[in-house]
Amino acid sequence: MNVSLTTIEPATAIRVPAFIEFQGASITYGRGEKAVQALAPTSLKVAEGEFVALVGPSGCGKSTILKMVGELLKPSTGHVFVAGREIGATPIRIGMAYQNPTLLPWLNIRDNVMLPLKIVPPFRQGYRAKRKTEYRDRVETLLDQVGLGGFGDKYPWQLSGGMMQRANLCRALIHDPDLLLLDEPFGALDQFTREELWAIMQDLWLSKKLTVLLVTHDLKEAAYLADRICVMSARPGRILDDSPVEIARPRTIDMTFEPDFVALNQRLRAMIVGARGGTGIVSHAPGGPRS
Amino acid sequence: MERIGEIIREKGASTALIIGVFVFWELFCLMAGISDILLPRPTQIIAALIQYWPAIWPHTWQTLYTTLIGFSIGVVIGLLLGILIGSSKLAYDTAYPLLVGFSSIPKVAVVPIFVLWYGAGTVPAILTAMIICIFPIVVNVATGIATVEPELEDVMKTLKASKWDILWNVSLPRAMPYFFAALKVAITLAFVGSVVAETVASNRGIGNMMMIASSSFNVPLVFAGLFVLAGLGVALYVLFSLIEQRVTGWAHRKTDLASA
Ligand SMILES: Nc1ncnc2c1ncn2[C@@H]1O[C@H](COP(=O)(O)OP(=O)(O)O)[C@@H](O)[C@H]1O
Ligand SMILES: [Mg+2]
Repeated sequence: MNVSLTTIEPATAIRVPAFIEFQGASITYGRGEKAVQALAPTSLKVAEGEFVALVGPSGCGKSTILKMVGELLKPSTGHVFVAGREIGATPIRIGMAYQNPTLLPWLNIRDNVMLPLKIVPPFRQGYRAKRKTEYRDRVETLLDQVGLGGFGDKYPWQLSGGMMQRANLCRALIHDPDLLLLDEPFGALDQFTREELWAIMQDLWLSKKLTVLLVTHDLKEAAYLADRICVMSARPGRILDDSPVEIARPRTIDMTFEPDFVALNQRLRAMIVGARGGTGIVSHAPGGPRS
Repeated sequence: MERIGEIIREKGASTALIIGVFVFWELFCLMAGISDILLPRPTQIIAALIQYWPAIWPHTWQTLYTTLIGFSIGVVIGLLLGILIGSSKLAYDTAYPLLVGFSSIPKVAVVPIFVLWYGAGTVPAILTAMIICIFPIVVNVATGIATVEPELEDVMKTLKASKWDILWNVSLPRAMPYFFAALKVAITLAFVGSVVAETVASNRGIGNMMMIASSSFNVPLVFAGLFVLAGLGVALYVLFSLIEQRVTGWAHRKTDLASA
């Protein structure tokens, strides 16, 4: 079940069947003395339409993986392919949402959600051509879907944290992305709001069938939402385990109390605790900057 | 309703304070028997203002337009430089310390240099007003642009937004409250710049008028000049505050919470 780890790939990699494929991709931040390897050479495949969760101790390079897929970061070694092309040249549309909703305070929720339509082609051209009413309907439909119907005219500061995060999800989805990158999107919410948003997220994914990469601290969240869970080691991150979640969909909160679910959770938990203790922060340069 | 009452109370308090200061000043001069060569009374100053108004008016106009021209040029240059410096991490890290250093130089010290280059007159006053405005604007705009949340930048970049898209949709609107805060500082500083330049090297403007009045011991006229400057400064400050409230009301949401 383990994914191949430290394989050195040939310089010219070819033929990529998976939607996302890491071929021995590693990331080293900084240079010389201060160089820190955040991610050990990693190989990983994600199929189109798959929902994959990344879990692991903090500072192990989960966000770094998302940034590579989102073309914000080039691998220091190895290759990352998305939709058959090396990153930097991929033709797909990507949506991204962080824990910090970063809604623009000077725009109401509708205009906040509409932001990607001003930027991403072909919507961009439509926006110029004043197809705004059509886009408004589009936004309104999506807002309805996440339970924010009628909140389009409100400003971000008038919304609760959970509502802002819903709007943030809408902003990441409005331009019909092929790939959704979520970096601990529900991390700052209370338990009940979080569970509500899991259900919404699952519905969205089931209706749109897009590929999702989710980074999370919450094992229950990973098991509720994902098709597959990748467990990572402490820095420099490696994928220690890659397990499918064999629980039927649509999943419900009640299912999270069933034996299968609980057993999966416990197994993941043991692995992460091991990863933290084994090669974790403690054995790394004492007194040095901690992550 | 409650809010209107509050405004009246606030404005009422500051009006009362101003009137109080003037009354105290008047009474103090009268009772202590201070000569109007040293410190004229407010009533004498207002009388001078009315008496000399035909002579004061051209100087007022001169000072106002030199200040506004210098201010406008300074704002444009400051805004562009601020965008440039704020948009690039390298430029921000290298130029910011330099800017802080420059802004601590007393800008009026450059007046003699401008006089050397352009001769006495309107140009040095415009340039002094300009140079004195640039720094607060550059620093504020650069700060506003450079402090965009990195997460938001990531979101924009994954949308394959161009630098221009990010600037137009995110960074510039976000820098607006910083920009307006700087404008209010800059307009008052611009008056300092132009008046000092007029005092040193011009035969027109309120600064020059005050110089001449003081050399002929027409002290009420000197103070009348001060009053004119204060009036102009306050008027422009209020103007920019009003524009600020319209444009960047979102940044002061606490105050419109009650009206929403
Ligand atoms: N821009 C950066 N410069 C230097 N080090 C970084 C940078 N970004 C992340 N790191 C380091 O790389 C490691 C992995 O970071 P990250 O991917 O954010 O971890 P996480 O799994 O918590 O999301 C951390 O130890 C972090 O300190
Ligand atoms: Mg992270």
